[in-house]
This record gives sequence, C-alpha cells and structure tokens, in this order.
Amino acid sequence: MDQFFNISVIADNFTYFMIGRFPNGPLGGLGLTLYLASVSCVLSFFGGLILGLLSISRFRAVRYPAVAFINLVRGMPLLMVIFWMYFLLPALFGKVAESQTVIMALTLFTSAYMSRIVVAGIEGIPKGQTEAAISTGLKPWQAMLYIVLPQGLRNMIPSFVNQFVSLIKDTSLAFIVGVSELTHVGTQINNRTMAYPTEIFVFIALIYFIVCYAFTSLSRWLEQRLAWRKAI
Amino acid sequence: MLNYQFDWSTVTSGKYFDWLASGVKVTLQLSALSIVLAFILGLLIAVMRMSNNKPVRWIAHAYLEFFRNTPLLVQIFFWYFGSYKILPTAVNDWLNSTNFEFAAAVIALTIYTSAFIAEDIRSGVLSIPKEQMEAARSAGFSYLRSMQYIILPQAVRLTVPPLVNQFLNLAKNSSLAMTIGVMELTYQARQVESYTFKGFEAFTAATVVYVAISLVITALVNIYNEKVLNIHKAA
Repeated sequence: MDQFFNISVIADNFTYFMIGRFPNGPLGGLGLTLYLASVSCVLSFFGGLILGLLSISRFRAVRYPAVAFINLVRGMPLLMVIFWMYFLLPALFGKVAESQTVIMALTLFTSAYMSRIVVAGIEGIPKGQTEAAISTGLKPWQAMLYIVLPQGLRNMIPSFVNQFVSLIKDTSLAFIVGVSELTHVGTQINNRTMAYPTEIFVFIALIYFIVCYAFTSLSRWLEQRLAWRKAI
Repeated sequence: MLNYQFDWSTVTSGKYFDWLASGVKVTLQLSALSIVLAFILGLLIAVMRMSNNKPVRWIAHAYLEFFRNTPLLVQIFFWYFGSYKILPTAVNDWLNSTNFEFAAAVIALTIYTSAFIAEDIRSGVLSIPKEQMEAARSAGFSYLRSMQYIILPQAVRLTVPPLVNQFLNLAKNSSLAMTIGVMELTYQARQVESYTFKGFEAFTAATVVYVAISLVITALVNIYNEKVLNIHKAA
C-alpha cells in the first residue's frame, strides 16, 4: 500500500488484460469479450429477426408460441439463462465448450430483446407500404421481405447498436462459468496479486466504459443521421 | 437426458424448498431496498442533469454515462472488493459491521439502476410543456421549488411505467449478487443443484418465480397504463 493508486499492477498485466495469452494460448481479456459479443450479436440478429417475424405472424399457432417464448426469456435473468445452458447443453449434445455455452445463452437472451426491436421497426413503416406492395401483386411474405423489412431494418440500426452495447456488458457474466474474458481476467489477477482490487476493477470498468461509450455515441450519431435523412 | 428421473418433490417441500423460499425472500428484499434508494438517487441526478449550472449538469452527465456504460458485475466487484480504499474509515467500519455482501450488492444495484431511472425521469420531465416551468417561475417559485411542486408531480406520473420496468430489470439484475455470496434466489437454485443434482427442477423453480414476478408486474403496468393514464388523458 505504498501509493494510493498503483499503476504498475495494470502496466505489468496490460497485455493479459487485452488479449489473454494470445497468440501463444487461447484468446482472453478484452479480445475475448469483443469476440463473444460480436458472435452473439450476429447470431442474435438473425434469431431476433426470426422471432420478431414469428411473433407478428397472422397464424395464431405460430404467433402464440413465439410470444410465449419471448416473454419467458425476457422474464428471466441472464444469469439464469446461462445456468440453464450450462446444465442443458451437455445433457443434450455431450461436451460443449464454456465459451460456446455462453454464446448460446447470450444469443438466446438477446434474440428475445432483438425481436422487440424488429417488431417496433416493422410497425414504424406505414401500413400503406404493405397495402401498395400487395396491390401490385406481391404476396404478403414478399411484401415483408422486399418492401417493409429493408426500410424497417435501416431504422433499427441505432437500437441494434445499443443492444450490442448491452451485449458487451453482458459478456461479463461469462465469468461465472469460467470463460476468461475481461472480468474473469480481472478477478484472476486480483486473486493473484491480492493487494490491488481497487486499481484492477477501476481499470476494467474504464476499459468497458471506453468501448461501450464509443458504441453508444455511434448509435446516437446514427440516430441523428437517420432522422436527418428522413427529413429530406 | 432420457433416463433423467424427475423428482419435483425435491423443490416443492422439505429443506430444499426452504432454501429456495429464503432465496426468494432475499431477492425481494434486495430489489425492494435498492429500488427505493435508486429512485431517490435517480431523482437527484435527474434534477442535477437538468440544472442551469454547468458543472452540476456535467457531473450528472458523467455519472450517467459512466454507470450506464459499465457492466453491473464489474461495479459489484468494485464495491465488494475495491471500495475500501476510496471510502472513509468510518463508512468501512460500519459496512463491515453489517452484512457486507448484502450492503455491497445494494450499493452497486442502487447506483447502476439510478443512472437508468434518472434518464427515465428526465424524459418524463421533458414531456411536460416548458410553459409549466415558465409559469411557475414567473409565479415566484424558485427553480427547485418549481421542480418539486409543479413539474415532478406531473412527470413522475408519466414515469411510473418505465420505473416499474426498471424495477423488473433490478429484480433480474439482483441475481448477479450471487457472485459475491448473497444468498438470493439464483444462488439457492445453484446450491440445490449442487446438493441434489436435481438441476432441472431447481432451475425450473427459480425460473417460474422470476417469470411470475415479471408477468404479474407487467400486468399491473398494463392496468395502470389503461386506467390511470387514460383517465388522465380524458380529463
């Protein structure tokens, strides 16, 4: 406790914080955090798109299960979803790597939230568009796929970026099943050095903040740009 | 999976039921205490955020951005492991004399949630016409008194649905407190799983409780939206 804020514990472990033991070992730290968030984001984009479309289907037999599933997942804490996956995936598929368990859990969880963004984006497109498309001879699914979705998706982009920020924050929960992303690396170094918890957790919080704030600002900028494009 | 023996009695009665029930109790205590504190803190931050004083506004803005853009788990770890260095000795002594795990979780959840609540309150306030403030000021109320008597009472009514949503998020987020050893619902479900290997039953029980909380409260918000806010609009 020689000085109030010990920088050396950060400096000594900086590479480990950023990329783990990569390239000599598995990717870890911030690199793994971004990897987990990106893969889950892409997967849950498609998951959310499918769930969202199912949840506004004209057929009750399709709509009800989709809505029930979305509400079920949205009612659960992410930690619970991770434990479910951690427990169910090996029972169903045999051995599954921890990072894949986490990606599955994050995808499932975020898809439910993405689906609401998709629905809001679709509902934001005037009904007249669908009616016009159908009256020109397109089938309802073609009207959705070629007319409504391309316009709706563009409006959804800021919300998707926000969801990506949530995902980056949520990857910290991978810590619980021992995936060595940034938070896990932090607790590891904390357990090893013992004396500098304040420094380590403030530093980690700052890294998350820098990354998340950059994307939050991007989302705000996109929102303004979209509003401007709509205005002309 | 196919030769798994379901045994629901594990979680519906006896010792393990008591564990889960005590977990539900802790989850509700943690959420209820944190939401009250977060509301008070969020209100304060929201008022600071809309202040005419630039440094005050800037502090509130930095607070909001920082705590919204950092994972809750890291904040929990910070308060649990790392806060002793920045807190005064008296506060540390007091915290150590209480149930520190619980206290750290309450602090982290309160601060994290207050940042979201402040933004909800702010958008509620921004939806109140500016003339209300101008009229209040010209009637001789100070800025804070206009907020207190004119703007906030109206804004809070509009803010109730998003606030209830924040409460739901908080109840779900409180599950992270298990990482520092607070024996709330998720912790107990995990505990039951490791003692009995009845993971499916234990997690189902916990999931049912979480989803039930969420469905009941969502239904209440819908009623509030229809009854209270519609009456308000019609009047």
